[in-house]
Amino acid sequence: MASEAHAAAHVHVHEAPRGFIRKYIFSTDHKIIGIQYILLALVAVFVGMFLSLLMRLHLAWPSLEIPFFGLMTPEQYLALMTMHGTIMVFFVLTTAPQSGFGNFFLPIQIGAADMAFPVLNMLSFWFTFASFAVMLAAFFVSGGAPTSGWTAYVPLSALGEVAGPGLGAGQTLWVVSIAIFCGASLMGSLNFITTTLDLRTRGMLLFRMPLTVWAWFVTAILMLLGFAVLLAAGILLLLDRHAGTSFFIPGGLIVSDRLIDHKGGSPLLWQHLFWFFGHPEVYIAILPGMGIVSHVLSTFARKPIFGYRAMVFAILAIAMLGLGVWGHHMFMSGMSPYSAIAFSLLTMSIGVPSAIKTFNWIGTLWGARIRFAPPMLFALGFVSLFVTGGLSGIFLAQPTVDIYLHDTYFVVAHFHIIMGVAAIFGMFAGTYFWFPKMFGRAMHEGLGRLHFWLTFIGVYAIFMPMHYIGLAGHPRRYPDTTAVKFLAALDPVHTFMSIAAFVTIAAQVLFVLNLVWSLWKGKKVGINPWEATTLEWTVPSPPPHDNFAGHYPSVYRGPYEYAVPGAPQDFVPQHLPEAEPARHAGADD
Amino acid sequence: MAGKTAVEELELIDAGRPPRDSGGAGDFGGRRPTPAVPQVYVTGIWLALASILMFFMALTSALIVRRGLSTDWVPFDLPPLLWWNTAALLASSLTLETAHRALAAGRPLAYHRWWNVTTALGVLFLAGQWMAWAQLRAAGVYLATNPSSSFFYVLTGVHGLHLLGGIVALLYVATRRRRAAPWPVERTAVTATSIYWHFLSGLWVFLLLLLWWGR
Amino acid sequence: MENRQSGGASFLGPALFAVVLLGLIGSTVYIFARRIWWFPEPVTALGASIDRQFDYTLIITGIVFVLAQLGLAYTILRYRDRGGRAHYSHGHTGLEVIWIALTAILFVGLGIAAEAAWRDYHSLGPAAEGMPVEIWGKQFKWYFRYPGPDGQFGRTAPELVNDLAGNYMGVDFDDPAAKDDIITATLAVPVNQRVNVTLRTLDVTHSFFVRELRFKQDAVPGLLIRMNFTAEKAGTYEVVCAELCGLGHHQMRADLMVVPPDDFEKWLGEQAAYMAALTGAEPEPESE
Repeated sequence: MASEAHAAAHVHVHEAPRGFIRKYIFSTDHKIIGIQYILLALVAVFVGMFLSLLMRLHLAWPSLEIPFFGLMTPEQYLALMTMHGTIMVFFVLTTAPQSGFGNFFLPIQIGAADMAFPVLNMLSFWFTFASFAVMLAAFFVSGGAPTSGWTAYVPLSALGEVAGPGLGAGQTLWVVSIAIFCGASLMGSLNFITTTLDLRTRGMLLFRMPLTVWAWFVTAILMLLGFAVLLAAGILLLLDRHAGTSFFIPGGLIVSDRLIDHKGGSPLLWQHLFWFFGHPEVYIAILPGMGIVSHVLSTFARKPIFGYRAMVFAILAIAMLGLGVWGHHMFMSGMSPYSAIAFSLLTMSIGVPSAIKTFNWIGTLWGARIRFAPPMLFALGFVSLFVTGGLSGIFLAQPTVDIYLHDTYFVVAHFHIIMGVAAIFGMFAGTYFWFPKMFGRAMHEGLGRLHFWLTFIGVYAIFMPMHYIGLAGHPRRYPDTTAVKFLAALDPVHTFMSIAAFVTIAAQVLFVLNLVWSLWKGKKVGINPWEATTLEWTVPSPPPHDNFAGHYPSVYRGPYEYAVPGAPQDFVPQHLPEAEPARHAGADD
Repeated sequence: MAGKTAVEELELIDAGRPPRDSGGAGDFGGRRPTPAVPQVYVTGIWLALASILMFFMALTSALIVRRGLSTDWVPFDLPPLLWWNTAALLASSLTLETAHRALAAGRPLAYHRWWNVTTALGVLFLAGQWMAWAQLRAAGVYLATNPSSSFFYVLTGVHGLHLLGGIVALLYVATRRRRAAPWPVERTAVTATSIYWHFLSGLWVFLLLLLWWGR
Repeated sequence: MENRQSGGASFLGPALFAVVLLGLIGSTVYIFARRIWWFPEPVTALGASIDRQFDYTLIITGIVFVLAQLGLAYTILRYRDRGGRAHYSHGHTGLEVIWIALTAILFVGLGIAAEAAWRDYHSLGPAAEGMPVEIWGKQFKWYFRYPGPDGQFGRTAPELVNDLAGNYMGVDFDDPAAKDDIITATLAVPVNQRVNVTLRTLDVTHSFFVRELRFKQDAVPGLLIRMNFTAEKAGTYEVVCAELCGLGHHQMRADLMVVPPDDFEKWLGEQAAYMAALTGAEPEPESE
């Protein structure tokens, strides 16, 4: 192979760094950075889950004295709720599936040695880390963590301590943390897009990229556009809070018997800017999960993905429409009812590409030979959850129906199933699937199965009843139900959900045990334990510092060539030279 | 809100680059999948511009909404100094282009000279902006005086910060040149810096018109 | 090959999966069909049309839900690995197009069908006569203002707010139009009377939510939001706050009393008398 010799002769000096700090702390290796992101998200998810544990304890038994915590006050509840939402959305759902798995596997899957800008990549992680540290610091300042929710609606979030506990220093740290996070995300997404566009190896056409790469790529575009807007909004909010400007704060407010010295600002302006970011953020959380699930489903169905191009266009359509539907969060906000109609119809049309995805996932399973390993269980669970959570969105997308359901627990159930749990199932599928590649050892399969069944049944037991109390009109963000009469009847449902939550949370300990156990004791695996086709399964487990040791693979076909008739095995890896008639060359024929 | 769709962004990125992957398997397109590929800096800068544009569009739409919704918008006269600053910045784009052409024509001395003139004009612009701020402060127009002044300080401030980044990039390229960096890398750095600098000039003209309209 | 996944040929996993999905379908259909947790009966005509739209949506999404989860359960059970190779196929464009058309018609059609009720809700047409009432949110209480016999609301100013004197919304009682304004902490309306409400807030964003009216609207600082409703059934209903407004958000409730017209006039008279006593005792608002 003359061309390979040519490539080898020009191998970029990409020596592995020596010394612990350069190798594991301030590393520029995309794989180490990916693992750093995943570890950060793992810490964050347990912090966030612990906060939800406290909230569920309080909701089920409002008068319970929680050990080391005491009786929970309403402001403590709201602080837990705000931090739970913020930590989960930013430091888990945005961090793990995109920055974590994406960093580790995007370069390998397109046959690159590293990200386009390794130093920027490192900075991006450490900005995220700093942002997380600042966010956690909000717990420890006077007044405690902010109580304005993860959406930080103005004026509650803009007025300072006078509007309530946690809205002083805590809220300031919140805004600063989010601004740092924006910077980190912009650096990260710029890196992802450039890498995908410029560093694909020979033959890796756009329409030969694994669906994971497509998902990370499109997610990065959403991040590049969305976080820029959130940063602008955050700067204006900081100025309103500390420099006396009135971008968002209107005049004539009386808060705690004090006349607020601002005038003319528009609270709706904050909502528009926030949700212009906030709605794409939902897709930032779920698209990588969709990519991972498509990848895993095809691999374990031993069958090409059904309608590869349709899947790609569905991702693009979801992302594009997703940039234009932020107003459906604001049907009851006082926004023009005419624009609500436009936002509603656009939102309903997102149902179409989402339905394509579901249809194609089931189409992939049709006529398959399904292997039920833990990654596949979570991928199948994702499909079920995606259907459930997507359909409840059809209710909320209609302003007419949203009149009743807006800001009730129905909404909480909807976004937890689709954006929270489904996205986390995508991460679990990714973890069980790629752990062998990342660490050279398989995860314990029995524990994995147990973890899946407890979690799958558990999350449905938590979140299905949550729809029902929403139907009964239970408003969200209520620390307790004592003041409103019609809520008393719903208390047993709260207790049921809390118990389901405790079981589900306990099941996550199994996951961590499995992670730790497998790191040291897991069965050693070879290069390609799942008999998969994409490039990450052509390098050693774990991959060396420069992935391909300078011998970049060439790609000859689409990513999901399973069960090819006449092929010697039931899978044909992307990098194998033409071995059978051209009509089987790939998805792009 | 104004902005580009994802596909438009992609087209933006794909415009003006050599055809790639056209031959299917086997065509390298002159690129290797390592971070040492110079093309990534040009792609990266275009993406950064998309993001910066989005950031400024968010602020612009905030200005339009804030101005349209309220009755408390009090116009103030922009300091005439701004027009001189604008002239300096536009001139810097011209000198940068001259430098770029000198480089392409293989006249390194002219390239160095015009590059330095560009940097000086950039510094002059920033100093002028600072003086404009000082004039406004002296006239009693502060950040929180009125939404019109708030937006003036915010827009000029964040634009100035971006321009400061541009000056750092200009200086960085100047130092690299002394270290006799390899030819393609220097060329890429020059191209990337130029794209960024021209963008900031254009952005400033847009912001100036916006501020003039919303005085 | 390196290893064949142990779960490959097992029947137990797929069967358990199918059972869980069937349980999900069964329990969901049962709970929705039996309406174990449900909205209260609507007391407005609009409420009935909102409920109808909900029902359409429920039927359509319900069918899709059952079919999709059943389809998933079936494929999992039917196509578990029992040796041999999968069917090699990259998809089916025709099916894809049919599916796209079907979902587009279904979802967008549903969205269009929902529009009429939304237009009614916001009365996107000529304004109609009705009884004016102002609804004010304030951390963490609802207050209501009736214009009195003159039908005019008096001027308000934030600096006049005086909770101790009962002037919760800063009404300027020097304004002639304000003399007969009535401030209450309970919202009472006559049955079958169109009520034109204006939503206002003194501090942060609140949201006025009455389940039985099928009415929810944010009160936004700096905005006057005009809406209307017509309650057709007498009774007392709970008003709650649906937008996070601070630490007392969950306690921010009031009563909505829908009463016969005679009872309403009597109630309003009592409130007016109380108001007169209050404002009479109040010191001159502009004495300072």
